[in-house]
Amino acid sequence: MRTGLIARKEGMTRIFTEDGTQVPVTVLKVDECQVVAVRSQEKDGYVAVQLGAGKARVKRTSQAQRGHFAKAKVEPKKKLAEFRVSNENVLEVGAELGANHFVAGQFVDVVGTSIGKGFAGPMKRHNFGGLRASHGVSVSHRSHGSTGQRQDPGRVFPGKKMAGHLGTERVTTQNLEVVGVDLEDGLILIKGSVPGNKNGWVLVSDAVKKPLHKDVPKPAGLKQAAKPAEAKTEAPAAEAAPAPTEAPAAEATTENKE
Amino acid sequence: MNVLEKFEAKQLQKIRGDKKIPEFSPGDTVKVNVKVKEGSRERIQAYEGICIGRAGAGLNENFTVRKISYGEGVERVFPLFSPRIDSIELLRKGSIRRAKLYYLRDRSGKSARITERTTGHGFDEESLAAEAALKAEQKANKAKKEKPADGEKKEKKKK
Repeated sequence: MRTGLIARKEGMTRIFTEDGTQVPVTVLKVDECQVVAVRSQEKDGYVAVQLGAGKARVKRTSQAQRGHFAKAKVEPKKKLAEFRVSNENVLEVGAELGANHFVAGQFVDVVGTSIGKGFAGPMKRHNFGGLRASHGVSVSHRSHGSTGQRQDPGRVFPGKKMAGHLGTERVTTQNLEVVGVDLEDGLILIKGSVPGNKNGWVLVSDAVKKPLHKDVPKPAGLKQAAKPAEAKTEAPAAEAAPAPTEAPAAEATTENKE
Repeated sequence: MNVLEKFEAKQLQKIRGDKKIPEFSPGDTVKVNVKVKEGSRERIQAYEGICIGRAGAGLNENFTVRKISYGEGVERVFPLFSPRIDSIELLRKGSIRRAKLYYLRDRSGKSARITERTTGHGFDEESLAAEAALKAEQKANKAKKEKPADGEKKEKKKK
């Protein structure tokens, strides 16, 4: 299992393929996504990498967080997230991941925080049908109907679908296709929509329900321009070398497909 | 420029290449040369009509062309930067008073005419020169294309 990535949703646009078809894409930006900590079996009981992305102002970072980032020798990050990985895919602390982590044609799962809808009625929230437009219905055209039985049981069962708060929750969209990646600008193009607002953070990882694409870099797609302090060990440095060659190749394949 | 705008600008450059698109607005009569695929062969089909509106911006811009075909009104919406469009030719500028000419749908014959515009935007020296250059270029391109295309036409006749 490879790690995922933290990316920022930039918005949607379209791309034209050679034969004139248009593909709706969501543009995700990978912005200084670095490994901040590593969880190990011995110490934590599970194996995972903690990634951080974005640039937080030092002044706005708490003292405790500053210590955490200082330990990893990385700049303060805006967003932190953990990804479970298998033993062979553990990364070094400080390694920077790039958009080349994914390749065109592969499938990913995207986790985001859905757009808030506020207090929504049952039609919007649970796809209820509402009441009739005429035949004596007044005022309550968009209401739900009955919520239960009679004196027995005499209560509304827990979990009854009713109006309430909708949105602003963690949503996973599975099996989205990666249309292309741009290592230079750190962009990932995903076919279709992903949950969340523009400028919202999303977690992108390999699709759970599809076989892994054969060209994906392992253990991860690291950025070549890793700072010297981060490229302490040979592992990330060695990985960084083939990474850029892979990225244009991946791009070239997308173009060919187009 | 934000990330998305930058990306779109890059895409636009890639798609456009050295293709030039004339400045046309609603009311203008345009000829859109569309690439049509027939089996394995590709040829260019002209679609000529009045542009009745443009919508969207940047990469996502599209325009609607309306024409009367065999007595039946036909409207086609083209993405402005679609690779399926070989070229666009501006044939005639029209004098109109609104951005969307949907009222033409309810009209036919004489009342659906648009008078030609000979003043206003696009008639200063600079844009006239640009237009002339574009037309000359398109003509040159056409001449180039027709030479090899002659053989194809003959084949067609035989069939």
